[in-house]
Amino acid sequence: MSAEPVYKKVFGRPESLKEAATHYCPGCGHSIAHRLVAECLDELGLREKTIGVPPVGCAVLAYNYFNFDMIEAPHGRALAVATGIKRVQPDKFVLSYQGDGDLAAIGTAETIHAANRGEMISAIFINNAIYGMTGGQMAPTTLLGQNATTAPGGRDPELHGWPIDISRMLALCDGVVYVERCTLSSIKQIRKAKKAIKKSFQCQLDRLGFSLVELLSPCPTNWKLSTQDSWDWVSEEMVKVYPVGVIKDTTGYEDKK
Amino acid sequence: MNEKVLMRGSDIIGEASVRAGCRFYAGYPITPQNELPEYLSARMVEVGGTFIQGESEIASINMLIGASAVGSRVMTSSSSPGIALKQEGISYMAGLELPGVIVNMMRGGPGLGNISPSAADYFQSTRGGGNGDYRTPVLAPAGCQELIEMTFLAFDLADNYRNPVMILGDGLMGQVMEPVVFPDFLDLNKLPQKDWALTGCVDREARAIFSMYLGEKGELCQHNLELQEKYDRITAQEQRWETIMTDDADLIVVAYGTAARIAESAIEEVRGQGLAAGLFRPITLWPFPTAPLRELAQKGRKIAVFELCLGQMVEDVILSVGERVEISFHGVPGGVIPTPAEVAEFLNSVAKGDGKVGRRIEV
Ligand SMILES: Cc1ncc(C[n+]2csc(CCOP(=O)(O)OP(=O)(O)O)c2C)c(N)n1
Ligand code: SF4
Repeated sequence: MSAEPVYKKVFGRPESLKEAATHYCPGCGHSIAHRLVAECLDELGLREKTIGVPPVGCAVLAYNYFNFDMIEAPHGRALAVATGIKRVQPDKFVLSYQGDGDLAAIGTAETIHAANRGEMISAIFINNAIYGMTGGQMAPTTLLGQNATTAPGGRDPELHGWPIDISRMLALCDGVVYVERCTLSSIKQIRKAKKAIKKSFQCQLDRLGFSLVELLSPCPTNWKLSTQDSWDWVSEEMVKVYPVGVIKDTTGYEDKK
Repeated sequence: MNEKVLMRGSDIIGEASVRAGCRFYAGYPITPQNELPEYLSARMVEVGGTFIQGESEIASINMLIGASAVGSRVMTSSSSPGIALKQEGISYMAGLELPGVIVNMMRGGPGLGNISPSAADYFQSTRGGGNGDYRTPVLAPAGCQELIEMTFLAFDLADNYRNPVMILGDGLMGQVMEPVVFPDFLDLNKLPQKDWALTGCVDREARAIFSMYLGEKGELCQHNLELQEKYDRITAQEQRWETIMTDDADLIVVAYGTAARIAESAIEEVRGQGLAAGLFRPITLWPFPTAPLRELAQKGRKIAVFELCLGQMVEDVILSVGERVEISFHGVPGGVIPTPAEVAEFLNSVAKGDGKVGRRIEV
């Protein structure tokens, strides 16, 4: 018997993440979401065929952290850029990663139409109910009563309109096969989120159509809350407006099991 | 040699583009250029390419960004207000150093204007409406055979310099029918290799294409200086122009595109009346053929600038020849196509110096 101890690696850095320190604030949901995306790509063996499109927003530098090919898109246009990529290179795995301002305000038209065309793309949608990168302005998804630098005193529907639930809007489009909303605010939910992301990737591999995973994601910095309070706010307040769960699923995956 | 065929300008650009290797088109309908996407909606499918009617001009130009980043020859087309919407994307393409061809069939403005031929978007095209210190080569064909040559050239320039390139025409260029001869299809395998394109990171490091430089060591400054070095190379190497009957001319008419066609007829007319006029036709509007125009602007010669707008290219003429010679300008804004007789009147008026048609430019 060998005297050498036998180690089994149980945790490590996914190959789809570079060895780089991120610029995300402590407690930010972006870091968790990056890791989940990377783990799913690794597990499906997709890293070398992936082309990703980051947003303009806090994740604009995602290409410094993700270890696969990426191209910057103008603010809101990630899904149009992704469409161009996927149509020319249908065998590549194409992924957009976008915030709520990017995907549900300035890029609403690009989002809805890419989804409605049924582009074979997986979209990761980080909903933190605020504009992180530009310093805490109101997002389309900001909750009623939630403070933002451009909604002083809290979002008031008469002044600022209502929070938008774009995932439910997308579910109405025939080209969309799968939409699920998860949170990044508890271990259990994070595990669920990973499953959802993987399922969305599978939809693309099986060429079923467009899919999106919305992740309710803490932004402690601009919410001006501690990390723990941010997580609680996601689990207690955000989920009331954006209930978690499967919003649309026409994949038939569960039926096949 | 291939057969002579009679085709309309818009269709000619479409056919030329696929022969030049374009395999991705995205665009949003707008008159007067709808025949081009209509042509390509069928033709792209035949050649195994992609045609997408985007939900807007913004979406379309951004689809080009994606398709170009993965190595395809790409094209979009629109008309003035639609080009305004594409300007952000064009600026990004310049910053990302992505090749692509943008066709602008100008119409009257400002705002919705109207759909008749106009050339009021010289500034929009040559100066760009996007942000930043960037340049876009602009090709201005004046005939159908030249449309073909310029389409091939546009794709080559775009690839060679990794930069967006614009083909600038107007509703008339899109509608005019002339017999043309197409070159053969380019062999896609022989197009320039794009070692920068995103292909998936098999056996190499992951690659990123971006235009943002946050570094504090002057990285953005360096990026801009490198772009400028490229623009300087384009300026030095890619100026194109045509001269007609300028050798013995006392009066040089400067006009491009449709205006140049009208001016050419006017020149024939005034020559019949004894005025030795000649045409200087810029083919590249950026880079503007400054030196050749300056050379023509010798003492004793007068310059007459004619545009289908109220005076935009004339600024480049002034920059080129300065106070060297007398410059006069006549422009007709969008909505009316002037006759050669009207332009002939302008030329005679300049020759006589009576100031009846057009205006003298004070430099
Ligand atoms: C055309 C344009 N408009 C505005 C901006 C400024 N801007 C950058 S990011 C951003 C919003 C970011 O919010 P979100 O998409 O929710 O992402 P987060 O930063 O919260 O992750 C805005 C308005 C820009 N870069 N480009
Ligand atoms: S500002 Fe908010 S979204 Fe941006 S990195 Fe910080 S915590 Fe994350």
